Amino acid sequence: MSRALLYDATVCIGCKACEQACADQNKLPYSQAVANEDIQSEHKYTVVLTRSEHFMRRLCMNCLDPACASVCPVGALRKTATGPVIYDEGRCMGCRYCMAACPFSVPKYEWGKVLPRVRKCTMCPDRVAAGQQTACAEACPTGATKFGERDDLIAEARQRIHDNPEKYVNHIYGLTEVGGTSVLLLSSVPFEQFGYRAELPGDPLPMLTYRVLSRIPDIVPLGGVLLGGVWWITHRREEVSAAEGHKKNVRLRVVKGESREN
Amino acid sequence: MKIKLTFWKFVFLVLIAAGVYATVVRFTRGLGQTTNLSDQFPWGIWVGFDVLCGVMLAAGGFTLTAAVHIFNLKRLQPIVRPTVLTAFLGYLLVTVALMFDLGRPYRIWHPLIMRNPHSVMFEVAYCVMLYTTVLALEFSPIVLERFHFHKAVRIIHGAVIPLVICGVLLSTLHQSSLGSLYLIMPEKMHPFWYTPLLPVFFFISAIAVGLAMTIFESSLSSKYFGRQLELGILQELGRVLLVVLSVYGVLRFEDLLHRGALRKMVQPSYEMTLFWLELALALIVPLILLSQRKLRNSANGLYVAAVLVLLGFVANRLNVSVTSLESSAGLHYVPKWTEMAVTGAIIAAGFALFSLAVRYLPIFPTEVLSTVPSTSQPRVPVPVLDNAGN
Repeated sequence: MSRALLYDATVCIGCKACEQACADQNKLPYSQAVANEDIQSEHKYTVVLTRSEHFMRRLCMNCLDPACASVCPVGALRKTATGPVIYDEGRCMGCRYCMAACPFSVPKYEWGKVLPRVRKCTMCPDRVAAGQQTACAEACPTGATKFGERDDLIAEARQRIHDNPEKYVNHIYGLTEVGGTSVLLLSSVPFEQFGYRAELPGDPLPMLTYRVLSRIPDIVPLGGVLLGGVWWITHRREEVSAAEGHKKNVRLRVVKGESREN
Repeated sequence: MKIKLTFWKFVFLVLIAAGVYATVVRFTRGLGQTTNLSDQFPWGIWVGFDVLCGVMLAAGGFTLTAAVHIFNLKRLQPIVRPTVLTAFLGYLLVTVALMFDLGRPYRIWHPLIMRNPHSVMFEVAYCVMLYTTVLALEFSPIVLERFHFHKAVRIIHGAVIPLVICGVLLSTLHQSSLGSLYLIMPEKMHPFWYTPLLPVFFFISAIAVGLAMTIFESSLSSKYFGRQLELGILQELGRVLLVVLSVYGVLRFEDLLHRGALRKMVQPSYEMTLFWLELALALIVPLILLSQRKLRNSANGLYVAAVLVLLGFVANRLNVSVTSLESSAGLHYVPKWTEMAVTGAIIAAGFALFSLAVRYLPIFPTEVLSTVPSTSQPRVPVPVLDNAGN
């Protein structure tokens, strides 16, 4: 049901056909100059990084429980059942909370525009919905980027590590990171070398805020009753002392005044 | 006095002029031209100062209305109006600042209909919107009184307790939620500032800052508007401030202890320097000052302690929103001058609006409420309530 991408860096030849296909799919300009840029940006959603003879792709991980979608106050970002995390620019008010919250720092912004949008890989939602593979997977000449069912791809990744344990770091990146992602990575060198955080929690990040937010419906009536109660008690005292006569009231005040002096 | 006024007017005009220029650049050229923000560092001082500090500095509104109307501390009544005015102006200016920071400010109303209850910012947006409405209603009698709409004033006065309770609840929620905003970034933030207790710390410090802001603003009012200083009231606020700061300090220490972050406090680093700066300004020096009875009861001692608390918690908000994220972003963020110009103009507008309101609206009570106890004899605080009855 849930689709995913498996990228195996050991099969990648660094041809950047995926970059080209991604640019075409998303109607972005692509040239030699853009190919040489090695960071994701508002005009480049996926990057093939090169470190000596090792390659690594960077793209939106399309998390299973994405922080960006959870923090968006207007629901402009959304996880679809088929896998892609999609963006509705008609809703976005440009607060950039998604950019601040993303553990992979994926969403990018059109800083140069007067009315900027958030830009990121959305895992070709139209193609995926139509039963096709993503543009990058289709363009890959070596099968380094493979599209399929997430469960099948996990089984395949495990098999590859099992068959060639000396060839791989014994880790499928994206299997458990922040609760799992729809992009899975295999590599022969540590993922940190390509800027992938190693210390990410295994629980989805939205749990951290939802744990607090979900208490609000309880806090409001509790707080309301508490404050109302305090008001009632403090003002009741006043009514009682007023009823007991002015003389005693004055004496009370004197006592209070004295105790404050002490 | 005359020279001083002209000087401040000059400063005001310079700040406004710079702000107008920056505003034009912001809305004709975009955020990239106006700010030093980037994909690596998407939130700067317009979030860290204008929004986080702005809301925090306006916390006196809910703190004081709760003290007077819920806890029935009537002797604080004379400073409720200026405090509510400060809070109301604060929230209006936060909204203005937000219009600069949002990429598409004309969609600021979108959370009203496009709801995402899982988003902390959605909750903050709703609470701030509702609380600004509450503040407008709490403030409205002052304006209505000025124009002699006595019936309307009576209606508002009849609803004051529910209004105050709503205000306190909404403030509790969004003051703490501004801290919760950062709960989702555990892997990006420095351990000095990332803690599951962020919402608790934001809430307690908002109360401390609300008290400090009230002391600060009363002191300034007495200096510049020829107001008599309600020293007895400020002494009372000073004592509460001491307690709130102590509670905050103990909780902060326990939190650092349990998360194993204490040893980082003695390992020199960029973060360590700014952490100690924050602690010194917000906690250490004010606690020392306020624990001295003589200073705690003097107008100057209270003023200095209040200013330090304000600076300290401004440092705290900037540390949470900027410092703690710099090392994971791999850069140092320094705001562009146009960013600072917008912030400066907003602050200047705040001061100007406050003095305009004081000039044209009945903000301060007209009757003399208390004699000013001389600072050399701080232990003769005359209970304000008794005096008012005379």
